[in-house]
Amino acid sequence: MRRTKRYAMVVDTWSCVACKACVLACKAENAVPDGFCRDWLVEVTEGTFPDLRQENRSERCNHCSDPPCVHACPTGASHVAEGGVVLVTHGKCTGCKACIAACPYGARYVHPDGHVDKCTFCLHRVQAGRDPACVEVCPTGTLTFGDLNDPGSEVSRLLRTRAYKVLHPESGCEPNVYFLTGRPAPAVASDSAGTGVVGVAR
Amino acid sequence: MNEAFREVVVGRHNALVDPSLRIWGWEIPVYLFLGGLTAGILVVSALLALRRPPGSAPSRAVQAAPFVALGLLSLGMLALFLDLEHQSHVFRFYLAFKPASPMSWGSWILILVYPVGVLLGLGSLDAGIRSALLASRPVRWLRLAGPLRCLSGRADAMARSVAWVAMVAGAGLGVYTGVLLGTLAAEPLWNSPVLGPLFLASGVSTGAAFLLLLPLSRDERHLVAGSDLVAIAVEAGLLAALLIGFASGSGPDQAALDHLVTGPQASAFWTLVVLAGLAAPFALEVLERRRGLAFLKVTPVLVLAGGFALRWILVAAGQASSLATIF
Repeated sequence: MRRTKRYAMVVDTWSCVACKACVLACKAENAVPDGFCRDWLVEVTEGTFPDLRQENRSERCNHCSDPPCVHACPTGASHVAEGGVVLVTHGKCTGCKACIAACPYGARYVHPDGHVDKCTFCLHRVQAGRDPACVEVCPTGTLTFGDLNDPGSEVSRLLRTRAYKVLHPESGCEPNVYFLTGRPAPAVASDSAGTGVVGVAR
Repeated sequence: MNEAFREVVVGRHNALVDPSLRIWGWEIPVYLFLGGLTAGILVVSALLALRRPPGSAPSRAVQAAPFVALGLLSLGMLALFLDLEHQSHVFRFYLAFKPASPMSWGSWILILVYPVGVLLGLGSLDAGIRSALLASRPVRWLRLAGPLRCLSGRADAMARSVAWVAMVAGAGLGVYTGVLLGTLAAEPLWNSPVLGPLFLASGVSTGAAFLLLLPLSRDERHLVAGSDLVAIAVEAGLLAALLIGFASGSGPDQAALDHLVTGPQASAFWTLVVLAGLAAPFALEVLERRRGLAFLKVTPVLVLAGGFALRWILVAAGQASSLATIF
């Protein structure tokens, strides 16, 4: 029997420099209309001067394993596709916006054509054996895409070896975008605070 | 002086999502109000039908009530339709049934309510009005006299069953308007199992209040005012349970609660919903009953305004405190 895939993305908050190349690559690849985005940057700076920490996060749809948007959709337009990727069938979407209300990540928006739109993990590229556009373009290797059900995949290895978090874990929707918070191995020199960018409260 | 701070720069600016969620404007609270009102009118009309002594005819107002309720529901559905971003795809609601989606349940419940309301209404009509209806020009033109006569006969034969079904359908509609919001975990202020019963109680109180504005018989007024009083008391209890639930919840729950009770919506919430919508009409109705005071039309108007304010404020405050814009 063929093993089912569970696609996931790992975002290394240590290496992201918030250049936004991922955002532009996505817009170009997926013809995202002006004024909208399927992925975006969040830059969090916190601490007490001069002991400041910064965390850069490239965020997108979390393609949750228990997706509240799919549960909320009254027409079946929002659905789970290959590898657990959450997609919207434009022709079935009424634009009722229940899915936008259901999403704790603000990952969905109303396309000017009337249907709801969001990140697809570039499934059309993945099916052709390529990485999503954001992953391919990232100049610092921050983004890693792969199959979490494959223990040998790079995403599985990263989650085995590095500390990580997910966003809004309290919502219980089992997101599949992971943010590495622990230092990369081998350990780099300690900073003045001796803490690094770990554990931003959400 | 150095103070701990946290600054967040967000590069997402999607319309209707950023800087705070505003996907649902006036249409949704208007629909939730009219849906709850319809549910309440059906429930109280069914109660009146069940309590009516055999052989006695209801007042003209009570005879008209189920049909008026369906008219109000149609206005609510129009608001719902106006809210859709892809209106030409509205038929898609009826090409699927998704058990996990409250909105899917709701769209089918709405369809079920129409025949139930028509049956309840036909069963309540006295002989004079019924024959006038069957002889009316639209009914003759549409050749509906035969089916309507048949339906009226059925409604008479199963009057009590129809009343019970109408009560269940009304209750389902009322609960659903709350469950629609209550299952959305991304808005902590909505995400409570209390919201369904709360919206039902509020719907019953607005339905009763609506009927109180019509010329009812003395017995009908007594029963409807009593239902209103009970519904207001239950609603106040459920609202308290909702707030206590949030107060004992996690950080996002408490932040959402603050939004409602001490934050931007607080003055509207306390004055329009709690004072004017619940406390004042409850006190007035108790005084009217205990002291035999003359009936004041302002009492049901306050209940109706309070029911509308509850939905308007919850829809706005829930979106404003959504997790989608907490980074």
